This record gives sequence, structure tokens and C-alpha cells, in this order.
Amino acid sequence: MTPATKIMDKDGIRRALLRIAHEILEKNKGTQDLCLIGIRTRGTVLAERIRDCIKQIEGIEVPVGILDITLYRDDLTLIASQPVVRETLIDFDMTGKKVVLVDDVLFTGRTIRAALDAIIDFGRPDVIHLAVLIDRGHRELPIRADYVGKNIPTALNQDVKVLLQPTDRKQDQVVIEQRKIR
Amino acid sequence: MMPWSQHNLLDLQDLSAVEIEMVMETAKSFKEVSAREVKKVPALRGKTIVMLFFEPSTRTRTSFELAAKRLSADTVNIAASSSSLSKGETILDTARNIEAMNVDMIVVRHASAGVPHFLARHLKASIINAGDGCRSHPTQALLDMFTINERLGRIKGINVGIVGDILHSRVARSNIWGLTRCGANVTLCGPSTLLPVEVEKMGVRITHDLDSVIKQSDVLMLLRLQKERQQEKFLPSVREYARVFGVDREKLKVAKKDLIIMHPGPTNRGIELSADVADGEHSVILEQVTNGVAIRMAVLYLLAGTKQRLADSG
Repeated sequence: MTPATKIMDKDGIRRALLRIAHEILEKNKGTQDLCLIGIRTRGTVLAERIRDCIKQIEGIEVPVGILDITLYRDDLTLIASQPVVRETLIDFDMTGKKVVLVDDVLFTGRTIRAALDAIIDFGRPDVIHLAVLIDRGHRELPIRADYVGKNIPTALNQDVKVLLQPTDRKQDQVVIEQRKIR
Repeated sequence: MMPWSQHNLLDLQDLSAVEIEMVMETAKSFKEVSAREVKKVPALRGKTIVMLFFEPSTRTRTSFELAAKRLSADTVNIAASSSSLSKGETILDTARNIEAMNVDMIVVRHASAGVPHFLARHLKASIINAGDGCRSHPTQALLDMFTINERLGRIKGINVGIVGDILHSRVARSNIWGLTRCGANVTLCGPSTLLPVEVEKMGVRITHDLDSVIKQSDVLMLLRLQKERQQEKFLPSVREYARVFGVDREKLKVAKKDLIIMHPGPTNRGIELSADVADGEHSVILEQVTNGVAIRMAVLYLLAGTKQRLADSG
């Protein structure tokens, strides 16, 4: 295996999230009706950090929900045993809200499709935007992100890993690894 | 977490403590689904689940059916009285015919112990035991343990008193298996005629003194006095039973303040517990029912992912 290439460091991630926070505020004209939904697990960490950035800028704390998309996956019948389901924690009504969905890496778009279906089951938001730290291309569905930390061209045999504290025990970074050939 | 590998749920003793833990953990997520405005997720879309009930049931059947529907599975109900069984078809033929319609799971309840196990040996569909005779009722025990864990934060080391007709109770048997496996101390209490012989071998304590059980218990599990099975004179009279083994406010004076009282239902108010206890601050009877749907969703979800390892299909 070739060693992992670091493509974003701690400061890079911090600056990208701060810019995304500014863009969200600009596009939505402030924090009115704004809420963030992080997709488990790293999307949640990113959503919380964007909330903190927004608080720094506007002095207002927007609500953050946690979404587990396992039950909405389109490959449940294809995989050998059921993936672990974790809790979805959204303690506010999303009807009429401006929802910003947050995830770490945008790849095929299937996770986002599942997340959209899940959100619609919770209520009817006015708009749903998508914020991702990394867009690595190779979409299989007609989905695009509204806020992107960094666009990275990748090959299909590569893995993009976002490491964030406290979920991962390493310093914040984004790395690309060549997938092992089995 | 380890991947789930069980294809059927027949008895609780087939599950390790880790697997029991996994069902309870999964049920937590499903409890949230039932609290939503839109109580449905697409996880089991396209699966067909048959409820094959040879014994009457309201709670368990409704609970399984809601669980299946909230997972987007299609359900069919078959009651023995209205099926071909009343025309003389064997159970196996009935089940094989149902399976021939490409059914994925069969939830079965029967008055004879072992029927779900028999079907599991002959069918590819996942079999879930919803109560077989006096033997087993695994989902009831799982939901009881889920409720205990939710209320007390743990199962290991707590004192559970199970009171009443242990002899005829599949709920008691499954709970004894599950609770002792997860490290709880279980005490059984009831008239000698309603305690199975050598039940201590399951790792439980036996007593006939209800007061001592109430005093030391964190959880009191009351069982229904099964009137339909009392013709053989197990008791001098139901009134005497109610006086000695029925729980009322007076007897609860010695109880711990945060004692929880459970009952698998249906309750006989005035026999195993008084009405004010059933509706009182210790009672979690309706929570058990709510949690039942979540536990059954978790069981259906986990079992749906595994394929039958064809051993011998008889």
C-alpha cells in the first residue's frame, strides 16, 4: 500500500468550515429558521463545528440534529448482515425550516439520497441545502453540494478519509489512501 | 460490534449476552422511530411477514404487526380458527404452503412447546417464536429487559422478583434465562404447586415469602394467574391466592422507593395486583407495551439480514 497523502490539515479544515459558515449565512440572509443536520458520524462533528462558527459570527446558536441514515440505505438487501442502527436525534420540527445537511465526503450521492428521504419523513422543510467538507466526484445520482470545503479529483480505487477529533484519536486531517488490492 | 448471525429467534438461551445487548441497543433507535410524526422507515421494504397465531393474542400480535409495518414490511395475519387447520391440514403443510408464497419471516404462537423449533427445522423463512406453550416467549423477555435497563440503567447485579404462576409461564422462563445470563439475581415466589420442580437449577432463588421479595427487589415482575389452566386444583381458591400472593399498596410499604413493577399482561386486577398498584407510581406496565414495539422492530430488522444456512431441510 502506498502511504496516505495528506490533502488538508487542521488549519485547512478550520478555515474551510469558517468559510462555509459565512456562505451559509450569506445565502440564507442570517440565521432565521436555519438549522443544521449532521449525518452520523463525522457529519455530526462538522455540523457542530459549523454551529460554533455561526455563533462566533452572528452570536446566535442554531439547532443541530443528528441523523442516522442506516434504515434508509438502498443496499440493505445486498449486504450480508444488517448494519448497526444508531439513534437519530432531532428534537425540533423541520417543517418550514431552512435545513443545511452536513456530511464529510460527497461521493456517489447515495448517502445524501437516503438522508433526504429521512428528512422528508420528519417534516417539510422550506429548503434543504448540502454542505460537505470534501467533494471527491464519481456521482451515481443527480445530487450536488451547495457548500464545499474542497473539491478533490480522485480515482475510484482511492479512499478519502476525514479524521476529526474527538471521533478519531488523531489530529484533524483529510487523507487519500490507495485501496488495498485483495 | 459483531455482525448478527441468528436466522431464527426461538429461545432466549440461543442468544449470548452480547447479542441480547445488541437487540436492546438497536431497539433504542427504533423507539425513536415510533415517536415520530411519520412512524415508518423503509428498512424492510419488500419483505413479507406472516403472523401465524394458533392461540389468541391481542398485545403480541398487534405489537409484531405494528413493528413490521413501521419497517415497511407487508404483513398477513392467520388465525388458527379461520385457517385450513380447522379442516384437518397439518401444521407443517400449512406452514409450507405459506412459505411457497415467498414469505420471508413467520411469527408463530402455539399452545404446544416446540412448534416454532419444528417449523424452523423444515422451513427456510426466519421463524420468530411469539410464545410456545409454557416454554418460551423471547421477545417478551427482551422487552422486559429493555424496560429494566432503560429505567435502572443496568441489568447486572439488580434483584428481580418474579411472583405468581411460574409453572405455566413462558414469560417467566424466558426472563429467567435472559436475566441470569445478563447477571441479574432472580428470586421466584409463588405457591409450591405453581413452582416447577428443580427450577433452582436455572440459577434462581425460591421463596414463598412475598414480603421478603418485595423488600429486597429492584424489579417486581408479576405474572397473570392463568385461570384457564387452573382446573387441576393448583390452588385452594383464587381469593386465597390474591390474599397471599397478590400485591397491593399495603404490602408495598416495605418496598424500595424506586421499585418498578412489571406485568406482561393481560392483568387480572384484584388478583395478582390491585388496581391502584397497576396504575400507581411503581408501575411500568404501559411502558413495557411501548417498548415491545421497539424490541420487535429490532428483532425483525436484525433477523431480516441473515440467510438460512441450509443444514438438513428434513
